[in-house]
Formats: sequence, C-alpha cells, structure tokens
Amino acid sequence: MTLPLFIEQLLNGVQLGVTLFLMASGLTLVFGVMGLINLAHGSLYMIGAFTCATVTGSTGSFALGLGAGVIAAALAGALIEWSVMRRLYARDHLDQVLATFALILIISEGTRYLFGGAPLWLDVPDALSGAVALPGGAVYPLYRLAIIGVGLLVALGLFLLIARTRLGMQIRAGESDREMIAALGVNIASLYTIVFALGAGLAGLAGAMVGALQSVRVGMGEPVLILAFVVIVIGGIGSIRGALVGAVLVGVTDTLGRIFLPELFGLVLPPSEATTVGASLGSMLIYLVMAVILAIRPQGLFPANA
Amino acid sequence: MPDLSRETLVNAVLLLLLPAAALTALALGETFYINLVSRIAIVALAGVGLNLALGAGGLVSFGHAAFFGVGGYAAGIAAHHAFDMSLFLGLLPGTVWMPVIWMTALLSAALLALGIGAISLRTRGVYFIMITLAFAQMTYYFAISLTPYGGEDGLPIYLRNQMPGMNTNDPIQFFALVFGVLLLTLWAMSRVTGSRFGAALDMARLNDVRLASSGISPFPVRLTAFVISAMVTALAGALFADLNGFVGPSMLSWHRSGEIMVIVILGGVGRLFGPVAGAILFILLEVLLGGWTDFWQFWLGLVLLGAVLFARGGLLGLLAGRARHD
Repeated sequence: MTLPLFIEQLLNGVQLGVTLFLMASGLTLVFGVMGLINLAHGSLYMIGAFTCATVTGSTGSFALGLGAGVIAAALAGALIEWSVMRRLYARDHLDQVLATFALILIISEGTRYLFGGAPLWLDVPDALSGAVALPGGAVYPLYRLAIIGVGLLVALGLFLLIARTRLGMQIRAGESDREMIAALGVNIASLYTIVFALGAGLAGLAGAMVGALQSVRVGMGEPVLILAFVVIVIGGIGSIRGALVGAVLVGVTDTLGRIFLPELFGLVLPPSEATTVGASLGSMLIYLVMAVILAIRPQGLFPANA
Repeated sequence: MPDLSRETLVNAVLLLLLPAAALTALALGETFYINLVSRIAIVALAGVGLNLALGAGGLVSFGHAAFFGVGGYAAGIAAHHAFDMSLFLGLLPGTVWMPVIWMTALLSAALLALGIGAISLRTRGVYFIMITLAFAQMTYYFAISLTPYGGEDGLPIYLRNQMPGMNTNDPIQFFALVFGVLLLTLWAMSRVTGSRFGAALDMARLNDVRLASSGISPFPVRLTAFVISAMVTALAGALFADLNGFVGPSMLSWHRSGEIMVIVILGGVGRLFGPVAGAILFILLEVLLGGWTDFWQFWLGLVLLGAVLFARGGLLGLLAGRARHD
C-alpha cells in the first residue's frame, strides 16, 4: 500500500460519502418532519440520473442536464407526495413500507418501459474531465473532486436553510410538534410537499452527478438507498448532522475496507483465501460497524430531538 | 370444537384449493402447473414464518430474505458436497437427505436470527425496519462473495434432495411433501399463537408496558418470536431451492424480503391463513400479468398500492371480515 493509493481511495470514500449524504439528508428530513419512511427515495435518484442523461444527450450541455435532473426529481417527489404520501402520514410504518415498495415497482418498470433495459451512458463534461495532481503524489479525477465540492456546498446550504431561514424554522417546528405549528397558521400540507420535493431534488442531484461515473440503469438507486439507510441508522434518524457524519463514515469505511482488507489478510493467509475472506469481510464491514454502533448507542450517534 | 365461522370456512376452502389444483394439473398432465402450486405452498410457508413476527409480534422485519436464503444455501451447499464427495469447511460431508438439510437450515437460521434479533430488537419502529433490511443486505453481499459456492452465479442442485420413502423428483410427490410441511407448520403456528407465549407476544405488540408490569419481559418474547419466524422462513427457503434446483444470491435480495412481506399483507396480516391467501393471489398475479405483459411488475405495483391505500385487511379481510381487534 502506497500513500498515493491511500489518498486516492480515501477521496473515493469521501465522494461516496457525499453522494450518500445527499440521499440520506432527504430521507432523514422526510422522516424527521413527516414521520414517513420512504423506500422510493432510490427511484428519485434514478429519475435524476435518467433525466440528466437524456437532456445532456439531446442538448449537449451537462449543466442543463444536471438542472433538469434535479428539477425532474423534485417535481416527481412533489407529485408522489401529493398523490400517495399524504394518505400515509397517519398510517403505520408497515403501510408506508408497502406503498413505497409498490412505488419502486411502478417507477422502475415505468422507466424500463420508456428507456428499455439497456443502460444509458453519460459522459463527464469536458470542463471537468482530466485529473489533478494532489500533494502526496496522488493524481485524482477532477470530476470526483467536483462532486465532493458540490456535496459539501449542499451540506452547508442545508445547514443554513434549516438554521437561518423561515422555512427552516417551520421544518424544525414541524419536527417537534406538527399540531402546534398547524394551529399557528402554517400550511402544513404545503410544508410537507416542499420538504418532500426538497429531499427528492437532493436525491436527483446525487443521481445525476453519479450517473456520469457509473452507467445509468434501472435499479441503480437501490444499493444507494440501502446504504443511505445504514447512514441514517448510524447517524440518528432526523438529524442532518448525523447524516453527514454517518455518510462520510460509511463511504470511507466501505471503500477502504473493500480495497485494503484483502491486502491485510494477505499478511496472514495464503493469497487466494485472503482475497475471499477479505472481500467478503470488506463487503460486510459497514454493517458490522452499524451493529457495533447500535449495540453501544441504539439511537444512533446524533439522535434528533434528544 | 372448532367454531364454523366464516373465516374457518374460507380457510378450509383455501387449503383445499392447493391439492385440488395440483391434482387437476396432474390429471391434465401439466407438470408446470403442479410445480406452480408447489411454489405457492412454499412461498406461503415463508409468509407463515414472517407472519409470526409481523402479524402476531408487530415486528416489521424487512430482512426475512436473509433467512429464506440461508435455508436455500443449506440445501444447496449440502447437495453440492454430496455431489462431489467433498467436505464442508474440510470437516463435514454433504448430504442429500432432506431431514438433515432441514435441521441444518433451521439451526443456521436460528443462530443468524438470534444475532440479528439481539441487535435490531433493541430498537423500535422505523429503525427496526431499516436495520433488518441492512442485515439482510449484509448476508446478500456475503453470498455474493462466497466464491467456493458460486458467488454471484449461485449454485445448481443437480438432483433434488431426497426424503426417505419418497421420490421427490416426481412433481406430485414433491407437492405432497411441501403441502404436508405447510399443514404441519400451520398447525404448529396455531398452537404457538394460542399458547401462553402467543398471548404474551400479542401483548408485546399491543402494550409492552402492560406486559412488563405483569412480570414478563417483552424482549425475550420478541426475540423468541423473531427466531421461530426466521426458522420457518428458512425451511421454506430449503424447499424453494429444491423446487428450482438452484440457489443464488437473488434468494437473499431485498426484493425477496419485500415479496414475502407483500404476500403476508395481501393475504391479511396476523391471520393464520393470511399468507396462504396472499401467496395464491401473488403467484396468480405474477403468472397472469407476466403472461400478458413484460412489464408485469408495473401492474403488480399498482395493485399493491391500491391494496395498501384502499383495501386494508388484505384478501382475508375482504373474504372473511375484519380481524377481531386492532
């Protein structure tokens, strides 16, 4: 293991973490404010990626595609909230899980019907292609650095939105007592739609950005969704700060574990066994981390409303 | 004396429907449909398992595919070692005998459920859903990295495992076996839910403070229910692997967890025969919609969404009226 490789993998981990944060922050906001578990959040990620790939393909402008992806996901989110979700707030989590599971089936198959089974390809925009030399001898793709930058900006923006604006005040009030803020004259229905669309837009942003790194295909959101759940469980449901810390922790642990555990086992085991054991342990590492954190702190690292 | 309520009648009809369908298929010489009915019975069995945790215990486990898959891999790995005469971990020989395989499946699922349950049952509600989902995903990735047993490609079972005194390769005999297991499990489940333990589990769902104040700690009750539930689902997994002659990571995917849950809900949560009704409905939808369009899951999604939003109580709720309470 060399230093440049380590820096590179560490940044890959942070980049995954930032993507997870964009997913997890929406999920955790929706849960915190509306008490709703939304499995279809991965579908919004997918909608962002497909829209971005399509618009970029037809206009040639990645910036337009990115904007379109975010807007499409936010609109889809608002539509889903208005048509389905608001019937589920008063139901138990079981009904919410099933209804959003049904939404996954509908959206995934609908996308497959519209775009076919073959993946779409989205190229990294020219302005962001290429790599930068970093201190320590590492060379790292500019586009991935840009994702990290965007993610951190969004995190900052989200903190400011929630801590400093009127909407943020309503969101925080909605988390602690929704009847009271409805009684104070806040239109709770439109607040819910806005929060849901905001979360959806963030998922769409993540999908659109990651679409240029991976193939854009049906079901691409599901692995990310489950990782985002792990993030929320580690960070504490309803906490944006917890989502950020949890996301980076999960992203870095997962990436480094997959790369370096096989090498680590190579020191004590013969190569073939080391690869097998290391790879399987590497893919399970974040879940083990989650188990340990839960055993110590069942409510996560930063429980909201504590 | 069983009371002849409407639900008892519906249950009896549901139960007779399966052998009737299998025998009709046999008379018509349609092996495909015999296997289809076997599949319904196996999927129903998996649902019966989940129903104990979900219905009686109120534990919304989104990770039962893990136990389904563990059962499947028990069958697959045992048959694999029996086939090429090798040893499991260099210690244990393989086997083709179903009773041994089933015991292995039950034990491994119990151990796994004990571990997952001990951690996830410390939490409630939406945490529990996410954590069970995450642990199931962990076993899924573990199965993918299991290269000695096929990794991502899974493991074929060349010859169906055997039961003393039976020819399991004969579709109708295999159905009889599966149906017998389902019947026995339903009977055992009715004994479990009707017992003192079942009453405690009911109370753990409805009001755990009250349960605790009557001197019964809720956690061990929930954990026991979770483990039994996992074991039943694992048994279904072992049968499922034998039915298909194949086991792979897809048996552990989170879509599978969702399907098992959908079956329980479509049929009617917490009703003994709910999963049977749900399995019949689900597989029929799959076959009918699948024969009609490539995009059948789209329509399945719509049906499911409609059922959640407008038809609470599932199929049994429609056929036999609402459950007694909650």
